[in-house]
This record gives sequence, C-alpha cells and structure tokens, in this order.
Amino acid sequence: MTRPHDMGGRFGDGAVRPEPDGIPEFAADWHGRALAVTLAAGALGQWSIDTSRHARECLSPKDYARFSYYEKWLAALADLLVAKGVVSEDELRAGQAEGASPLADRTLLAENVAAVLARGGPADRPSDVAQQFQPGDAVRTRRPARNVMVDGGHTRLPAYAQGARGQILRCHGTHILPDSNAHGLGEAPEPLYAVAFPAFELWGQAEGAGDEVVLDLWQSYLDPA
Amino acid sequence: MGCLRIIRRMPHDAHDDHPHSLLPPDPALRVRALETILTGKGLIDPAALDAIIDTYQHRIGPQNGARVVARAWADPAFRARLLADADPVIAEMGLYGRQGEHIVAVENTDTVHNIVVCTLCSCYPWPLLGIPPGWYKSDAYRARVVREPRKVLADFGLTLPQDMAVRVWDSTAEVRYLVIPMRPAGTEGWDEEALMRCVTRDSMIGTGVAARPEAGS
Repeated sequence: MTRPHDMGGRFGDGAVRPEPDGIPEFAADWHGRALAVTLAAGALGQWSIDTSRHARECLSPKDYARFSYYEKWLAALADLLVAKGVVSEDELRAGQAEGASPLADRTLLAENVAAVLARGGPADRPSDVAQQFQPGDAVRTRRPARNVMVDGGHTRLPAYAQGARGQILRCHGTHILPDSNAHGLGEAPEPLYAVAFPAFELWGQAEGAGDEVVLDLWQSYLDPA
Repeated sequence: MGCLRIIRRMPHDAHDDHPHSLLPPDPALRVRALETILTGKGLIDPAALDAIIDTYQHRIGPQNGARVVARAWADPAFRARLLADADPVIAEMGLYGRQGEHIVAVENTDTVHNIVVCTLCSCYPWPLLGIPPGWYKSDAYRARVVREPRKVLADFGLTLPQDMAVRVWDSTAEVRYLVIPMRPAGTEGWDEEALMRCVTRDSMIGTGVAARPEAGS
C-alpha cells in the first residue's frame, strides 16, 4: 500500500549526522538552483503543494532511494511540468524550449520574490464539516493507511500510525484535505487535529514510559475509539 | 488533466515511464536543462532565481526563530500569547511567510522534551528557521526519530533524564512546530539580544538544548 517516502519507524538507516549551527550552506551550487527553479515553477500556479508532494512520492522506489533531496525535487518537477502540459517531453529530451508559453504572464519576477515568499499559501479554509472530536477524546486511525478516493493516491497518514489508538490534543481548525486536493478533486476542507499516540501503542515498546508521538490528522482519518 | 495522467500511470509505475528520465542524469546538468527550457519559454526570470537563493542563504535563517524564543523567555505576556495562538504573534514580528503559515509553539519543561520531524517529506518552519539542515531531510532522521528519539538525540550528544517524557511531533499537515527550549540557568536579567545567542537552530527543532554562551562571546 505504501510508497517509498513513508519511512517512519523503518530500521537500518544508520546514524544521524549533526551539522554546524546557523543557516545551512548549499552543498553544491546546483542545490540552490534546484530549490529556486522549483519555487519559481510552483509560482506559476499550475499545481498545489499537495500535488507536488505526490509527484515526489510517485518516483520509483529505486529512484527515491538513490536520489538526493534536491534530485527528488528536480525529477518530480520535470514529471509535473510534463503532466500539466507546461513543458513537452520533446523539450525535456532536447533541453531547449520550442516556443514561448501561454503562461508567461504568470512568471515570478525578481522584484516580486520577497512579496510572494512573504505571502505564503495558507491551508486553512472555511468548511461545512462539523468538528466531531474535542481535546481528550480517544480516536483510532484508519487502517490500512491509504487514500480512499484514489488507489495509490496521496495521503498524510503514515503507515506506522495506521489502526492506532490515540488522544486528541487540539483542533487546528479546518484545513484543505491533501488526499483530495493532490488529485485535483477539490480542497474538501475538514477539521484537522493534533493527535497524541503513546510510543508503546505505535512500536510495541517505548524508550521512556511517557514518550509520545503527535501527528496532525484530518477528521476523515479518525474514528471514535 | 496532467494530474490524471499521473494517476493513470500508477498501475505501471515503471521507472522509464517518468518523463524526468528524459533529462541528463547528472543533477547539475538536470537543473541547468530545466532552467534553460523554462527561461526559453518565458516562465522563469533568472534574476528571480538569484533572489530566491539569496533569500535562503543570507536573509531567512534560524536567527528569526531565535528572536521569537528570546522574546518568549524575556517577556511572560509575549510567551503566553505565543503558546496560546502563535500565528498573530508571528505575523506582528514580520515573520509570516511560505511554509510558516500555521505555527504552533511547543515549550520544553522539566518534564517534557519536544522534537520535530516530518517523516513523509521534510516539512520545516522556513520563515523561522530557514532551509532545513541535511540531517533533518535524511532518511535516518525521518525513519528513526519517531521510533527511537532518545537514540537519535544521542547522535547529537544529548541525553535526557529517563523521567523526562519525549514528545515527537510528526509534521503531517501544514502546521509547523517551533520548539521553545528551556532558558539556560545564569541568564537572569539578560536582554533579548543576549538571550538570542543562547538559541541554536537545533534547540528549536528539539535535537539540541539552548546553551549559555561563554562570557564575552
């Protein structure tokens, strides 16, 4: 059911390697360029953040594992540009544009960068879906963790938290549902909650008696427990 | 429509089905090819790319989050507002922005230590901390910190008391979490600027703690 990005709890990845404090340097010039091209292409408004996340998740498991972080971004960007008809496969093959784009009036100009980054893209929306849970309520997550609208589609319920019993910590209001929005099926906003799970519930053992993992989960991922 | 095309591809999911395989394999050449194509189509202003890179290399970084933390330490009323509803507080400080649209501040105490991760991708509070360090995006951190946070903290040289609970926040939605580390002892009466120097990037992710700088530093 899962895709290669869904790695929470996996064994075998080795040590985490700390880095110096402060702003991380780009390890190579192309890293910064990859970040900037991806943001500038996203600013054309042809896809949502949910769709772009799904494009990265749709990389083959082999590519996902061997690509570095920004290589994943670049590969997913190329796939999205073709899927959305912004760039043709012939253009990718040739490495050259075949003509101006009708979207050129949407191009992010240098003088607008600061304003666009500062504006952001809030995900909260008004919703008709009533809040079903209150802080303290016991809930159980969907099992299996999957997109119920699109087979193999985008979801934000990790496999490690499927079928688990937790407790509502807080409601964040109503937010766009990624499972729907990633696939162009509408924003479908609904209540979003922070849900706390005892580590023992998720892993069958815990490093510390009171240790917990908290996930942000949409109401449709949850049942009363 | 393009999205549907991706969906229809799902049953195949073959590697060479992905258009990206048409690009050169070397990533530096890949990004140059994409930039050349998009610039040629009038969809990219190369100067905008320079501005984005400059923003995240020189302007937006953990000093933003450090100011929030230092102010929370120095001003109890500010701390209370920040913990109750961070978004208006962040906006007042001019720190609202992309990947920081919905901020929740979580406070470390004598009994709870908070750590932030995004196991599914690499979500991170960019306007407060800048771009994430490599380890935050690594498979090792994403895979391990939810299951064995204390072992991951050991990789950072940090050992917590066994009776202090660990709470790991997996950023699965558009809410971004900022850890407010405990204020170091011996900083009573320090002003905001001095306190900021105690606040490391990692202390606001939860893989470090705030430290009192040596006198004169």
